[in-house]
Amino acid sequence: MGLDRKIRILIAKPGLDGHDRGAKIIARGFRDAGFEVIYTGLHQTPEQIVAAAIQEDVDAIGLSSLAGAHDYLFPRVIELLKEKGAEDIIVFGGGIVPEEDIPALTQCGVRAIFAPGTSIEEAVKWARDNIKPRS
Amino acid sequence: MSKKDKLKTIEQDKERWIGDMSKLLSETPERLPRFSTVSDLEIKGLYTPEDIKDIDYSRDIGLPGVYPFTRGVQSSMYRGRLWTMRMFSGLGGPEETNQRFHYLLAHGETGLSIAFHYPTLMGYDSDSPMSRGEIGKCGVAIDTLKDMEILFEGIPLDKVTTSMTINPPASILLAMYIVLAEKQGISKNEIGGTIQNDMLKEFIAQKTFMLPPKPSLRIIVDTIEYCTREVPRWNTISISGYHIREAGSTAVQELAFTLADGIAYVEAAIERGLNVDEFAPRLSFFFDAHIDFFEEMAKFRGARRMWAKIMKERFMTKNPRSWTLRFHAQTAGCSLTAQQPYNNVVRTACEALAAVLGGTQSLHTNSLDETYAIPTEEAVTVALRTQQVLAEETGVTNTIDPLAGSYFIEALTSQIEEQAWEYIRKIDEMGGMVAAIERGYPQSEIAESAYKFQKQVDSGEKVIVGVNKYITDHPPITTWRMNPDIEQRQLRRLREVKETRDNQKVREFLHEIRKASQNGENLMPHIIDAVREYTTIQEICDVWRDIFGTYTDPGYF
Repeated sequence: MGLDRKIRILIAKPGLDGHDRGAKIIARGFRDAGFEVIYTGLHQTPEQIVAAAIQEDVDAIGLSSLAGAHDYLFPRVIELLKEKGAEDIIVFGGGIVPEEDIPALTQCGVRAIFAPGTSIEEAVKWARDNIKPRS
Repeated sequence: MSKKDKLKTIEQDKERWIGDMSKLLSETPERLPRFSTVSDLEIKGLYTPEDIKDIDYSRDIGLPGVYPFTRGVQSSMYRGRLWTMRMFSGLGGPEETNQRFHYLLAHGETGLSIAFHYPTLMGYDSDSPMSRGEIGKCGVAIDTLKDMEILFEGIPLDKVTTSMTINPPASILLAMYIVLAEKQGISKNEIGGTIQNDMLKEFIAQKTFMLPPKPSLRIIVDTIEYCTREVPRWNTISISGYHIREAGSTAVQELAFTLADGIAYVEAAIERGLNVDEFAPRLSFFFDAHIDFFEEMAKFRGARRMWAKIMKERFMTKNPRSWTLRFHAQTAGCSLTAQQPYNNVVRTACEALAAVLGGTQSLHTNSLDETYAIPTEEAVTVALRTQQVLAEETGVTNTIDPLAGSYFIEALTSQIEEQAWEYIRKIDEMGGMVAAIERGYPQSEIAESAYKFQKQVDSGEKVIVGVNKYITDHPPITTWRMNPDIEQRQLRRLREVKETRDNQKVREFLHEIRKASQNGENLMPHIIDAVREYTTIQEICDVWRDIFGTYTDPGYF
């Protein structure tokens, strides 16, 4: 690779959910850890998130959901990434996600789900190990 | 011995004690270099009469039901009547939630509290593209009066009071409740309840916003004006600190920002020309009952004293009922853990006890499984029973404000109050809360505190059992799942309502709402007319979005 391009991560709040404490902490934690972070703000449709991800040329998208709509919104983001030929953008998520929902999400391509209680350090370590700059 | 001499003796005794202590501590030091609350307020090892020497009992503490209400807003408190046990509930469609309401009432709940699903909270109908994947997930789906009729089947509205956590469309849900009562043959004078209707904290923390701050305030003042005249037992706003705290603020910030929001509402209503002593008695409050036991109790006591001063000294009100801060409390959702979820029962019990000792008028206790999903019937029963055990077994309701006179509690109450005044002064200097919000001031203060707390948890400085200490695996618990058929049922019902209602009338009433929105006439009578004809929530909100524009999240982090 040679070039030391910073990894770019889009932190996104899909749907109508307003709980943004976790998303903002993670955005700031990633920024402090040296990633380049873009935060969408609240109430984004999957279409808006994917458009922002492509426009900002990010390496990964972190989706935050605490209102139960993850089972529709997360797969929808992945579907749209595929449609746009951007399926190499890594998608991970966090929030209030029942354990039994996790297998279906990982199967459709969500790479990791961070449950409540995750430390910033754990999330940063996962990102360092799993997100690489897209070529 | 004079009071001064007594204090001198105490001081001398304390100095001797400190001397002895430092010898002891050189051999066995204290467990921590610094002791602090969950909000990071430093706490001393010992409090004595010196710490409350500036407190004057009659002036600062007084009697329950008497200014400045530090000891409680009613003179008999729980000896007269227990707090209202009001469980925040909403799941799936109105059928499922109606069933949950009946279940809770049969198990001793004494008031209702509706949790709406996100589309309703944001002013969208279930058939909007914005609602995809959200129907019935995080609360009950309500699109029209038809849903409210199902939600309250078998529940006479003159026998129960209802709290509705609803903000941008609060006036619409209130209108539906009024029409529902009318259909049950109950007049507006007889119904009681609360709409949250607190938009300022939405911009600050809860983030279910729709219109920009100014038109949002205008609609709120419409509801205050209307209810003061027509629905005398209705709490027109529930000025809320809960969401501010859950977003990560400290206890002091929660208190200060909430009261500053309250000041902004009072000012807006006065500006409309309303008589403050007529509307102020129906303003109510809502606070978080967080995990730090003493800090919370001090916060509740300080809140009452501060609001009493604000209303009497700042707004020069004469009616003693304008001075009282009545509040609902909810235990802290953000203190619950997904890890070892049964520990949440203990956390909730401690938090509920703090709310009760702090003199709450109404209480919701969280369920142990809420870090996963909407609570199951079993989990919500334990949460309700927690309140009943506190109320009827522990004896804490026997005497009024048992905390008064504690050196620690009184000193902490004063300390929290002073720090909160500091914030209020700062917000006043910025030109009030609306200006402060536009600058992003409360938002960034909260984000700062939230990040700082997370760092303290990550470093182990703040302990969360099961998360950063005493970590063990736990078996999975059963969580509530929504029946996927509910979504289709909701969409079908909405379609049927739209087909069978008098669409000509709906169009006319929507036109009236548009006119009143533009000419400044009070909106409430028009909204009532519209919802009676089964106009949907989104149809009304779309008119407002069109006229007033929308607010978008500036996305600070």
